[in-house]
Amino acid sequence: MNTKVTLTGVTLDNPVIPASGTFGYGYEYAELYDINVLGSLSFKGTTKDPRFGNPTPRIAECPAGMINAVGLQNPGVDAVIAEELPRLRSVFHKPIIANVGGFSIEEYVHCCEKPDKEDGVAILEVNISCPNVHSGGRNFGNAPETAAEVTRAVKAATKKPVYIKLSPNVTDIVSIAKACEEAGADGISMINTLLGMRIDLRRKKPIIANKMGGFSGDAIFPVAVRMIYQVYEAVKIPIIGIGGVSSAEDVIEMMLAGATAVQVGAANLVNPFACRDIVLDLPRAMEKYGIDDLTSIIGGAH
Amino acid sequence: MKQALYTIKSNRALTRDMYEMILEGDTSDMTAPGQFVNLRLDGFFLRRPISVCNQEGDTFTILYKVIGHGTEKMAQMKAGEVIDILTGLGNGYDTAKSGDAPLLVGGGAGVPPMYLLARRLIAEGKKVTVILGFNKAEEIFYREEFEAIGVKVLIATADGSVGVKGFVTDALADAGAYTYTYACGPEPMLKALYNATDVSGQYSFEERMGCGFGACMGCSCKTKYGNKRICRDGPVLTKEEIIW
Ligand SMILES: Cc1cc2nc3c(=O)[nH]c(=O)nc-3n(C[C@H](O)[C@H](O)[C@H](O)COP(=O)(O)OP(=O)(O)OC[C@H]3O[C@@H](n4cnc5c(N)ncnc54)[C@H](O)[C@@H]3O)c2cc1C
Ligand SMILES: Cc1cc2nc3c(=O)[nH]c(=O)nc-3n(C[C@H](O)[C@H](O)[C@H](O)COP(=O)(O)O)c2cc1C
Ligand code: FES
Repeated sequence: MNTKVTLTGVTLDNPVIPASGTFGYGYEYAELYDINVLGSLSFKGTTKDPRFGNPTPRIAECPAGMINAVGLQNPGVDAVIAEELPRLRSVFHKPIIANVGGFSIEEYVHCCEKPDKEDGVAILEVNISCPNVHSGGRNFGNAPETAAEVTRAVKAATKKPVYIKLSPNVTDIVSIAKACEEAGADGISMINTLLGMRIDLRRKKPIIANKMGGFSGDAIFPVAVRMIYQVYEAVKIPIIGIGGVSSAEDVIEMMLAGATAVQVGAANLVNPFACRDIVLDLPRAMEKYGIDDLTSIIGGAH
Repeated sequence: MKQALYTIKSNRALTRDMYEMILEGDTSDMTAPGQFVNLRLDGFFLRRPISVCNQEGDTFTILYKVIGHGTEKMAQMKAGEVIDILTGLGNGYDTAKSGDAPLLVGGGAGVPPMYLLARRLIAEGKKVTVILGFNKAEEIFYREEFEAIGVKVLIATADGSVGVKGFVTDALADAGAYTYTYACGPEPMLKALYNATDVSGQYSFEERMGCGFGACMGCSCKTKYGNKRICRDGPVLTKEEIIW
């Protein structure tokens, strides 16, 4: 049985990857199990300067999911490279995905150039669900033009494969994926969280201090599968599928829709063993569905 | 931290909405009073964080107030049922700092962790006083339990139906001399205590949590010693580092 998959020349032992922001830099999980069972790991979104993020409450529960408004809390790219990455690499020996955020084109470029030079970092994953401070706070990921602009700038400054992580909060995700491909993206990661809100009935105000936040977890799985299915038909570059994955069956379903690998996000927070459990359960699920080689099922539903 | 299944030994109401649940299982990762556990409940996405109130051998006790759907569900659970729980979460209180005569202050749903803390301090030979704050007489719980282990108990009720009328800080005058403070309760109570005493101490905070074990940054706060995660670097902060 073969669980290996390849993302732009980077071969992973299996397609299971913890999603950015739900796995920190791996330490908390490494205390629980050998995280080298994972295919790869996407670390917390990194910005140029250290960020505290949003005021609390940052978390609200939903049926079959949760909303978060952490606001990209991270120690800044220099501290990530100097401290977090070496610590992560001392316990994790698989390819690492560096997730970066930014509030201007220059910041994206800066945050990609640094990990691009680091051994151990295999892929740059660019989160374009961030507001552009130079254009009234519109998200880079909301229009094909700005998504392409980020892609072009990052590609021109780096050597490693660049995956653009798409926002689902758009009218036509296919046109944005195509614009990224045309601008030189090596792959697409999708999807980020869906904008959501919960209101506290006692206080009669939004639960989250930031009012809105990103909805993720089991509930968004069908939205993610649908979007991956659509984008797979429109682009030739590989897709890392993300959104509501919590079982080996979900991995197979997302790969059938068109994903080459998948990321697991919120599920890690409620079951810290989620990724390991999925990896260990994959062979059973593959056997059940008559799958010998995972790569052979990518896009199989089309 | 440990993830394991725990069996309910008993689950009973102490007052109209405060319940006591005793669980049995692997307690090996519970290292300090003031730590909490995170319970996975069928039908709810996120776990529920609850302080450890007592622990002895392979059993531990939690006291929880029914405020929403999750705690409502907990109140309906029966002895013999099994719950998936993460245990040994958070830093907990450091008893080494207490001096000879520590003062413990618990308000409402912040009372539970004071019990295990008091037991540990008494085992270390310290003279322990606790102030318990409630709204009214019907809400009082665990008074006898504290008295039974040799703690001097002072009660404050908002309506004055038992003990001192007012807040926990109104009972400070009756506490005598104390060497250190340990507190858990609603933030306004913690802040009032912070301002009412010059004595150093450790205060336990609450925050809405994603994971409860340090991975998601859902529970961050700023302190004088830098950013901390309530779930992992807390829930206990020293008085000196708190920024209100
Ligand atoms: C470290 C810590 C220790 C705690 N110890 C105790 C204890 O010993 N006894 C006790 O009665 N309560 C304690 N709480 C509060 C307890 O976690 C909440 O009352 C409980 O989660 C409410 O769940 P619910 O489903 O009934 O409420 P709902 O409002 O339906 O819950 C919805 C969501 O909000 C979260 N939430 C709601 N209120 C709180 C709160 N005050 N703090 C954190 N999350 C909240 C829930 O966990 C859930 O994710 C503690 C909280 C923390 C953070
Ligand atoms: C607490 C939390 C923090 C997140 N932080 C980031 C981040 O820093 N960068 C990023 O690209 N995505 C971030 N995400 C989005 C996830 O990586 C993922 O795209 C999304 O949650 C959907 O997957 P899920 O349904 O499996 O959670 C975060 C999600 C959560 C729940
Ligand atoms: S709740 Fe996830 S880091 Fe504290």
